[in-house]
Amino acid sequence: MTKLSRRNFLYTTGAAAAATLASPLVARAGTDTIKVGGLHDLSGALDSTGVPMNQVFQLAIKEINDAGGLLGKQVEAVIYDPQSNMSLYSQYATQLALKDKVDVVMGGITSASRETIRPIFHRYNTFYFYNTQYEGGVCDRNEITLGTTPAQTVKRVIPYAMNLYGKKVYTVAADYNYGHITAAWVKRYVEENGGEVIATEFFPLDVAQFGSTISKIQGAKPDFVLSAMVGTSHLGFYRQWAAAGMKSQIPIVSTVYGAGGTEQVILTHEESDGIIASFGYFEAIDNPTNKAFLEKVAQEYPDKKWVMSEISEVTYEGMKIWADAVKEAGSTKRDALLEVLTSGKTYDMPAGKVKIDPKTQHAVRDVYIATCKDGAFAINETFPDSQPEDTQMVCDLIKDPKSNTQYEISL
Amino acid sequence: MDYTLVVALEMIRAIAWLVLLASGLAIIFGMMRIINFAHGEFLMLGGYTVVISTNAGVNEWVSILILAPVVVGVFGIIVERLVIQRLYGRILDSLLATWGLSMLMMGGVTMIFGNTVQGVSTPFGGMKIGAYQVPVYNFVLIGFAVLVLVAIWCVLKFTKAGLIARATMQNADMAEALGIRTRWVYMTTFGIGSAITGLAGGLLAPVTGVVPTMGMNLVGQSFITVITGGASVIAGTLSSATLLGTISQGVTFLTGPVYGDAALLVTALVLLRLLPQGITGRIFKRSL
Repeated sequence: MTKLSRRNFLYTTGAAAAATLASPLVARAGTDTIKVGGLHDLSGALDSTGVPMNQVFQLAIKEINDAGGLLGKQVEAVIYDPQSNMSLYSQYATQLALKDKVDVVMGGITSASRETIRPIFHRYNTFYFYNTQYEGGVCDRNEITLGTTPAQTVKRVIPYAMNLYGKKVYTVAADYNYGHITAAWVKRYVEENGGEVIATEFFPLDVAQFGSTISKIQGAKPDFVLSAMVGTSHLGFYRQWAAAGMKSQIPIVSTVYGAGGTEQVILTHEESDGIIASFGYFEAIDNPTNKAFLEKVAQEYPDKKWVMSEISEVTYEGMKIWADAVKEAGSTKRDALLEVLTSGKTYDMPAGKVKIDPKTQHAVRDVYIATCKDGAFAINETFPDSQPEDTQMVCDLIKDPKSNTQYEISL
Repeated sequence: MDYTLVVALEMIRAIAWLVLLASGLAIIFGMMRIINFAHGEFLMLGGYTVVISTNAGVNEWVSILILAPVVVGVFGIIVERLVIQRLYGRILDSLLATWGLSMLMMGGVTMIFGNTVQGVSTPFGGMKIGAYQVPVYNFVLIGFAVLVLVAIWCVLKFTKAGLIARATMQNADMAEALGIRTRWVYMTTFGIGSAITGLAGGLLAPVTGVVPTMGMNLVGQSFITVITGGASVIAGTLSSATLLGTISQGVTFLTGPVYGDAALLVTALVLLRLLPQGITGRIFKRSL
């Protein structure tokens, strides 16, 4: 490479071609609306999860408006795209609370994003719904948490799999707080049921080669593999597992497979068939509310490729439950709504019956165990009224309404 | 015995993986001194080409071996004409421009094809080695890594085109004075580097999740391999991939993937402290 000037030295830098990302979509209108905030990753690493969440969020608002709105007003969505970036999360959360003055916010996907925005909403008294399955322990009177926690899912799927396959478990998990906490829960539940975790391995999120782990698992000969692998690089684990011909030999049980609603699409059927998972929602749930819901979604988004998963369905629940409470309370004030929400009312949702536990403000809900077949989950067993026992161990908002923290649940 | 064999095979596969990831970049960065920050997205484009065309009914091997390199190669030439040709000799500017390009590509692919596409399955299935089972596809990866290196070596060493390319990269003014149209040489070289990257992306498509953001996880390893290797394409890539692959997989086997990842980074760090010009800056100096 020469250092002499070239003929085209004077050309301006091509860096101008580097496109900056567009500014967020903000819907804004007159004052005579009730504003609700949506904070889901619409671009960046988590967009495959955030986009479906945002779509059902808007669908729920559309339904509410079609049915005449709330308190005589239309509901208006204020949507920002935090681009899977924590500093944007805190910036937009502050904007939603102070500038847009929304009445409620739905959003946050990872625990990191939730712990970024939760204190902000708490400080400004902006009511907040977190709709993702997560590791449990959040204790905050300003937050309603509707997703499942390990005591609702892991606790049930472990004995189920141990009955089916045997007592020796090999855990593979993502190397960040979710993976570590889940692995600890797995160990606890396996041991409670008289089994043994023979090894636990953690994988940084950018690891995409699993050959050595797969060989190690073959050497250890567990009865089944428990996977808490997260993200797209880790999908390689399932592919390389199938490529080694292990599918027919050692079954896989997962705490997160299918959580985003895209894994089943990205993997081929040969790779995903037989994986067992447990969530608060699967498309296969057989009730009229769910059938109507899925039909509406298909009508509204005919080109969608993703599969409806807990995280999206619960976002829909969040909006519907909040709207129901507004109607009943005749107000959008948080404290009035909390009184209604924690009164023990049961909501009939696509996922089944949902209730809010007044102690933790987490959902008490039906939990399902399902097996992946031909790319879709078929339900094997239902556990009605599953309590968020893990969070209940550490959190009591009736006794301590000022609580504003995420407890680490000691195992 | 079979365990040793499986470990050895896994190490060779890890080396092949790094060779495939890094070969195209070694040409673009090692030879041409263009920091292609969109390298990961070039790999992603190769992967997407395979997934989209296979789903559309094209034979999987045709997509991997022909379509992926052709599509990414042509894309590379377009990028070179539009952006890169203005940036030769301006390393930092090229970094900024290609970083922007990488975001543009991620956004573009998401917009056009969506972030959720049906993957392709790994051909051939498993193979028994004693008590263990390994994917036969591992041997395909290893085979193509060897093939890519041999092909680059043959072209650079024995053909006139290779000679011209090397001459241009060493002293463009002198080459120009001797009647070589260096602009074309740069363009072709960039295109070939891109095509090899496309082939690598295509080969990885059946074993990883193909999504618009997959490049972000691959670009780091690619750059580490090329920078550790130093300026010469073949000897550099091969020596650094061998060293890094063996150490990271060895440590992964002994402890776990967290330390395996860390070991790769520590090795690269120590090597660059001792050999700031990369391995081939000191050893195998005159090699290709």
